Order: sequence, then structure tokens, then C-alpha cells
Amino acid sequence: MQFSFSDEQEEFRRTVRRFLDDTSPPDEVRRLMETDEGFDPSVWEKLCGGLGLTGIAIPEEYGGQGFGFVELALTLEEMGRSLLCAPFFSSTVCAANAILNAGSEDEKKSLVPPIASGETIATLAVAETGGVWTADGIGLTAKKTGSSFNLDGIKSFVVDGHTADRIVVVAREPGSQGSDGLSFFIVSGDADGLSRRLLTTLDPTRKLAELTFKNVSGELIGELGAGAEPLSRTIDQAVVGLANEMIGGAQKVLETAVDYAKVRMQFGRAIGSFQAIKHRCADLLLEVEHAKSAAYYAAAAAAEGADDLPALACLAKASCSDAYRRVASASIQIHGGVGFTWENDTHLYFKRARSSEAFLGTPDDHREQLLQRWGI
Amino acid sequence: MSEPTETSVLEEVTAWLEENWDPELSLLDWRGKLADSGWGCPTWPQAWCGRGLPESLGDVVREAFQKAGAIGIAQGGGTTLAAVTILEHGTDDQKSELLRPILTGEDTWCQLFSEPGSGSDLAGLTTRADLDGDEWIINGQKVWTTSAHHARYGMLLARSNWDVPKHQGITYFVVEMDQPGVESRGLRQMNGHASFNEVFFTDARVPRENVLGEVGQGWGVALTTLAHERRLADGMRSMVRGSQGKGRAFDEYRKEVASVMEPYKWYPQRAGRADLAVDRARTTGRIEDPVVRQAVAKLMTMMRTSEWTARRAKAARVLGRPPGPEGSLGKLAASEVARAAAEVHAMVTGSEVMLSGADGPLDGLIAEILVSVPAVSIAGGTDEIQRNIIGERVLGLPKEPAIDVGKAYRDVPKNLAS
Repeated sequence: MQFSFSDEQEEFRRTVRRFLDDTSPPDEVRRLMETDEGFDPSVWEKLCGGLGLTGIAIPEEYGGQGFGFVELALTLEEMGRSLLCAPFFSSTVCAANAILNAGSEDEKKSLVPPIASGETIATLAVAETGGVWTADGIGLTAKKTGSSFNLDGIKSFVVDGHTADRIVVVAREPGSQGSDGLSFFIVSGDADGLSRRLLTTLDPTRKLAELTFKNVSGELIGELGAGAEPLSRTIDQAVVGLANEMIGGAQKVLETAVDYAKVRMQFGRAIGSFQAIKHRCADLLLEVEHAKSAAYYAAAAAAEGADDLPALACLAKASCSDAYRRVASASIQIHGGVGFTWENDTHLYFKRARSSEAFLGTPDDHREQLLQRWGI
Repeated sequence: MSEPTETSVLEEVTAWLEENWDPELSLLDWRGKLADSGWGCPTWPQAWCGRGLPESLGDVVREAFQKAGAIGIAQGGGTTLAAVTILEHGTDDQKSELLRPILTGEDTWCQLFSEPGSGSDLAGLTTRADLDGDEWIINGQKVWTTSAHHARYGMLLARSNWDVPKHQGITYFVVEMDQPGVESRGLRQMNGHASFNEVFFTDARVPRENVLGEVGQGWGVALTTLAHERRLADGMRSMVRGSQGKGRAFDEYRKEVASVMEPYKWYPQRAGRADLAVDRARTTGRIEDPVVRQAVAKLMTMMRTSEWTARRAKAARVLGRPPGPEGSLGKLAASEVARAAAEVHAMVTGSEVMLSGADGPLDGLIAEILVSVPAVSIAGGTDEIQRNIIGERVLGLPKEPAIDVGKAYRDVPKNLAS
């Protein structure tokens, strides 16, 4: 297992960070989060074309750059750090991996390259109004009609679902239950019978949509009824990606808190010289570093396709969720009154932390899953 | 002579061991050969029982010893620390008199640093040293001393000047323990064990030539001792591993190891025994309880992530990268793991947590965990001091304004000896 990044990976991280410093400064984040669309197409173009980030971990035969999950995780960490507003997580992490996991060779060859190049923005619709990202949460049905399928039901918490060009949908055969009868379908964003509603979100930097399907025609991806395994694999990968995105935000918000503690003067001294603040910062560093270890370890496991990826994904998500939430809350506290203002950026991270904590399963869910996956 | 290489050193040490290593020798005779040949401390200077090899080749020698199953020089808390400190700060006379019997195991040492009145603020010590002709007269009390009752010498920090700031008035002495003015008493801990001593000095005497380093510069010498404390645990672990052979030397060695390790027998419990948590939760049936499951998962996550964090630090070291924050967190993390483990043990044990000894679960082991864990966040630097270090040195937060800086120590508020 890899416990350090190579020099090339460190260089890659610096490149991504420079790009994001230029294209996703706080002012831009604030501008984009107020829009319905939620991203800047010109930045998206640079991100795809110049850096090729959308295809970073996609194999070359499907139009990607052929790097591994560690490079994808590094990219996500940096995006989490800058709160980048772009459909990267939905398209590259969720939709592309879903097709790679579920699709046949021909489907992968036709569907993945436009996602890898960024021309097509796709997303993955799994959870419904109950907010569950496992087989049990899926009720939307797919009925076979001739060579096509008709999808009926509601998907919710779909990241960038209101803007995506194509939507990968997990649906079940009518009457099936649990892991049985699940299949992946692809649907056009402007399909007849599909209505999309942008949800009002706690975290305005990540757009979520509710999608209502009424007799929407979808194309099957992969084998009919064999969707359970690729679904859990896709979610594990997305969870590891999210954990790495979260730890980037956690690290940034910790740095902000510590920097502030060094300059904020009260009682004639920097507040960071008070042990009440200093010790809290030390505890936060410990928690963030531990969560980082979990995120990196899980990313390395995903890169290697390790058998314990499902358990490690849970461990990383629980660990990073707790760390991000705590460090973001503490940062507001350390900032004091100004930390509660709209003008201060800390609340953007706090909202991302709170929302990411629940996205793809809460820390408590993941801890329970962790024990089950360890056979405990 | 050409520069030693890995191959040449390996050849040389292997040949020497073949020629000399004999488990039927007395331990003292064998260690005499180690000291005289320099193979016992190969990285020490040739003049002082070593061979002047670089650190990397020292590993080659250690591996050759392991491979041959040969016993090494004497080790043990105070003893090992004394050796490295004397080597760095001692006069030639001190080195020639004191080092060899340390390596052979004839002399054991203890560390006389902490006091009842100065724990975290070690430099605030108040044991006094007053010069009387050619001797220093020592008065005061030390505490948390391991193996004081059978040590021949102690490394003693005492205040020789009260009119300068606290760090500048300290002198480092080598004190003979077997004298009328030195009294050691066992110190019983809250877990019932007595692994340490209190040492009382009443007009104890130290000859002038037994000052290590310069008078008044003992703090700098003490930092050498303290810097090596962290490495001790590794040495002790290898000692236990290497004591399983047959022959006279091994019989004597096992006795030595048992004596050195005796104070540490409860240390695994001090660390919380997270390794037992899942089994205990299963045995007690509490593993079905969702609250217990969350606590167990949190504990195991903490264990794994702190282990991975240590491995990240190690990987960065191997690559020669500057140390990141991950290297400074181990001690604080160990405290957290221990506390969390104790919580899980208490949670799954239920009412039996009230029982200890033969009546308690696992023959009293669970009780011993619960009453030993409080030590882990105090010994070797409290959690609070660790947080100061992390806050100041890693995160770069400003220091707390200190009111004792630049003041004669005489005028600084302090705990008065009772």
C-alpha cells in the first residue's frame, strides 16, 4: 500500500491547485453559488480541455488520461479545498464510474469518451426521496416496452441533475426487491416525460435536483437485472472520492482557523496563544491528519481494486465526515462573531461539511456498514 | 585502511561473532568482549568501546547479531540514557570510568529528573546543590524514578544557582545511590503496582568531578537525555525478543531482562488494549447493541487511522521529505485510543466493571485497563503539553506569555516543599 505521494503526484497536485486558485477563488464560488446553473462553462472548458481533469482516471481506451484513483482523489481534494463549483463529482466520479462498472465494452466505448472529454456532462441518479444510496433505496421502475424501457418514479438528491446532459439512472424491474432486478439506464436530460426541479440546498455550492420520471424512455446499460454489484462498487468509489474531497475542505478550513488565531488580538495577545484555542487547534489537526490518512488509504485501495475497498470506503467517509464537521464548526467558533457573518467564508465550508456528511450515507450508517463489512 | 562498506562490515562482524560468540560464557565475560572489540556499540567512537561506524552500518551489525542470536550490550531505561548522555557530554575521565560497566551491565543507572513540584515544568526543579569544598551537597526530592532501588548511579538535575533564570541555574550530576543521604521508597500507583520510586536527598554528597557538562549548564545536558527517551521503547522490545536462547549467558540475560521489564508489565493495559475490544463485545453479547457498535467502530477507526498516520510519517522520512504534521501526533493519538478503548471496555462489561482481581472479568485484566489508562495521558509529557508542542511547533501558534522568563528563579512563584 502506498503511504506517500510520488514526486509526480505532488507536482500534479500543485498544478491543480494553481489552476483552482486562479479559476475558483472565493469571489467566484460566491458568484456561482447564487446561480441556478451553479458553474461557469468557460472554467469547465479549461478544466476539461487544458488539464484533462474530467478524464483523469478514465482508461485511455475510453478517452481518458489513464491515471489511477489516487490522481482522481488528489484532484477531488484540491476541488474540495477551493469549493469548486462545477459538475465534476457528478459527471466524472459518479456517472463515468457507473458506466465503467455496469456497461458492456461497446457501451463504455460509446458513452464514456464524451464524459471523459467533458463535452457531455452526466450525472448518476440513485437515491430517491428517502435519501438512501443502496439497493434498498431504489423504487423507480423500468418496464420493458419493445427494445426500450420506460422509467417511472422519482429520483432525488441528484447532484447537478437539473443541468446534466445525460442521466444514468438505477431502476428496478417492477415487483422486484432488494438487490434483485436492478439495472442501469441512460436517459437524456431533455427526455419527454422527465421533469427536473432544482432543490433549495443548505450548501449552495453543490446543486441537487429532484427528477420526476413519467414514462421516460431509457436505454439499458449492462445486463438487465445485474445492477446490484456495479451499484455498490460505484457508490464505494464515489464515497472514497467524496471523502477525499471533504478532507481538502477540512484542511483548508483548519488553516484558515489557525491563521486567524495568529492575527486576532484580544486582551493584548493573539488568541492563538491562549491554550483554550491552541489546544483545540491541536486536536483538530490530529483529527484532520487521521481523516486524511483514512481518505488516502481508501484512495490507494480503490486504485488497486483491493478487496477491502468496501470497508475502507465506509471507514474513510465516517472519518472525514466527522473531521470536516468538527473542524468547520470549530473554525466558526475560533473566528467568533465574524465567523457567523455571511461575508466570512467559513460558513461556505461549514455548509459543504454538513451537506457532504449526509450525502452518500451518514457517518453512523457508514460505521455500521464498516463493522458488517468486517464481519463484526 | 579502506572505508568500511556494508559488505566489509558484514563480513567482519560475522567472522568475529563466529570466533567469539559462545552462549556458555558468563554474561559479564561476553559483554566484556563486546565492549573491548567495539562490536557492542559499533557506531560509538573507537576510543570509547565503539568502532566509529556510521548509523547505517550500525544496522548491518545489529542484523548480524540478530541472525547469530547473539546477546547485545546491557540496555535499560536509565542505563541506556546515561550512556548516550555521558558519551556526548562527559570528560575523558568520566567516559573511561563510567561507560564500560554500563555496556557490560555491571552498573545500572536511574534518572533523577522529575520532582513532586515540577512535572510538566521540569526546569522548575527545586532540589538544591550547594558547593562545600570539593563536594556538592544535595537536598530535595525526586519522583517517578524507575529502578532507583538497584541503580548504582543516578543522573541528577539539581539547582546550583538561584539567582539566574530557571534554565540557567541547573547542574547535571552523577550521584552514587548507595550513600547515607539517599533514600529510595517505592511509590504505589492508583493501579496498585509500584513501578517507580521516590528518592529523598538529605545532605547527599557528590564529588566536584562528577558534574556532567559545566556547572549551570545542566539543562542543555538534560535535553540530550530527553531526546533519547523516545527511542527507548524500541530497544526494550528487541531485548525481550532476543532473550530466548539456551546457555549460561541466556540464563543470566533472562534475569536481567525480567528485572528491567518488571516496572513495565502493566504498560499494555495503560495503552487501553483496544485489541481486545471486539472479542469482549462478542463475549458479553453487547456487540448487537447499536450504541456499542458505533463505539467499537469509532475505536477501530481511530486505531487504524493513527497507525496509517504513523506510516505516512515514516514514508515521508524514508523519502527524505521534511517532516509534516503527521509525525508529531503519535503520543496524543495514543492517549485518545487508550481512552476510547477504556470506554468500550466499560461499556461492554456492564456491572462486572465493579469487580477486579480474580473476581473481575479476564482475571482482573479489564479492571487493570480501566485503572491504568489515566497514566498514558500524563507520563512522558501530558496531553496538554503535547497540545502546546503541536500548537506552537507544528501550527506555529504564538507561545503563552511566560511570567518566569528572565527572572531570578529565587523570585519565581513555585511549589514549596512540604
